[in-house]
Amino acid sequence: MSAAPIISAFRQALTEAWAGGAGALMPLGFFAGAAVLVPLGIGTDPNTLRAVGPGILWVALALASLVTLERIFQADVEDGALDLWLQTGAPASMIAAAKAFAHWLTAGLPLAILSPVFAVMFQAKADTSLLTHMGLYALGGLAFFFWGGVGAALSATVRRGGLLISLIALPLYVPTAIFGALAMSGGPGSTGAPLFLAASTLFALAVAPFAMGAALRLAAD
Amino acid sequence: MSIGALLSATDLGMIRGERILFRNVSLAAHAGDAIVLRGANGAGKTTLLRILAGLTRPETGKVDRSAPHHWIAHREGLKPHETPFTHLGLWARAWGTSAGQIDAVLDKMALIRPSGVSARHLSAGQRRRTALGRLLLQERPIWLLDEPLTALDADGRELLLGMISEHRMRGGAIIAAIHGDAGFDSTCEVMI
Repeated sequence: MSAAPIISAFRQALTEAWAGGAGALMPLGFFAGAAVLVPLGIGTDPNTLRAVGPGILWVALALASLVTLERIFQADVEDGALDLWLQTGAPASMIAAAKAFAHWLTAGLPLAILSPVFAVMFQAKADTSLLTHMGLYALGGLAFFFWGGVGAALSATVRRGGLLISLIALPLYVPTAIFGALAMSGGPGSTGAPLFLAASTLFALAVAPFAMGAALRLAAD
Repeated sequence: MSIGALLSATDLGMIRGERILFRNVSLAAHAGDAIVLRGANGAGKTTLLRILAGLTRPETGKVDRSAPHHWIAHREGLKPHETPFTHLGLWARAWGTSAGQIDAVLDKMALIRPSGVSARHLSAGQRRRTALGRLLLQERPIWLLDEPLTALDADGRELLLGMISEHRMRGGAIIAAIHGDAGFDSTCEVMI
């Protein structure tokens, strides 16, 4: 087996995202919207904002990951590209993983990188914790996008499957959401949380591709 | 499996919903064969081709492919942002063949002029020619074609029929669902 089909699937997903197919900037808009509107909604008390900020950004990241997932596999089903990818001889799981990873790179990683900007909206102090949080957002986002990909693959043949994706993916988000929020709180019991977050991301990376691959085979059947 | 067949299928049967789509379909494609699938709309020609390609699992029977195949279906596999040039380049890379032949393929398919136009602005015939260009990227003995003449103009039909007869002369086989006669000389027809 050669890696050429997997690399090509990754490249196609990247160019598609930037060409507007999956709307790479939409999750960013959603994320920014949450960061701008929540401080307006809950008032200007700096202590309150500082306390809730990381948690709200974390939830916004999880929800933003769902915004464009609907299209990443559905478009392939509709235009026939999925049939071609499944006949390249590369495992469907690896093709799916390449696409989910490309989607995270274009739609998820920018959110993590810009998170310090949004953290400022929540009166965060400009110190190294912002960089730590950036890493946690990147790590957790990867798990969100892979679990979301499972929902997207399962609902690839369902028109307007957005709700279905949320229903499938949200329970899978729970461990990542819990450990991520715990790691960022820095409160009691949070010492091992970053490692648990990393473990939940690794678990997603190891398991989600097989679920996505099986779901895509079913979608083509 | 019949001896020396590039692709053979035995006793294929398929159920869709509560209905038997077809059953006891057997065929064998040898070098140089052109098998045409005939049947009314909804008889299951596309489903049969998908089974032969390994995309759909048949309810009964089995398919043996002893050689790689090309797949040209109703849905061409073009992304709206892809141009004929980038589409063929992508698949040349994905299949690990030389990308240096793409200009020659574009020339043969008469796609030089629209080679940089994204697929959302291409005509149906140009999209179809782009998809058919994939056949020339890599030599594969089996061609599975679902209504390949759709949307093609007279030149396009002639071009495709020429490609098919060259392919058969090189020892390839084609299995195609084709409506009407279309000047297509088949070695056998399968009614489903």
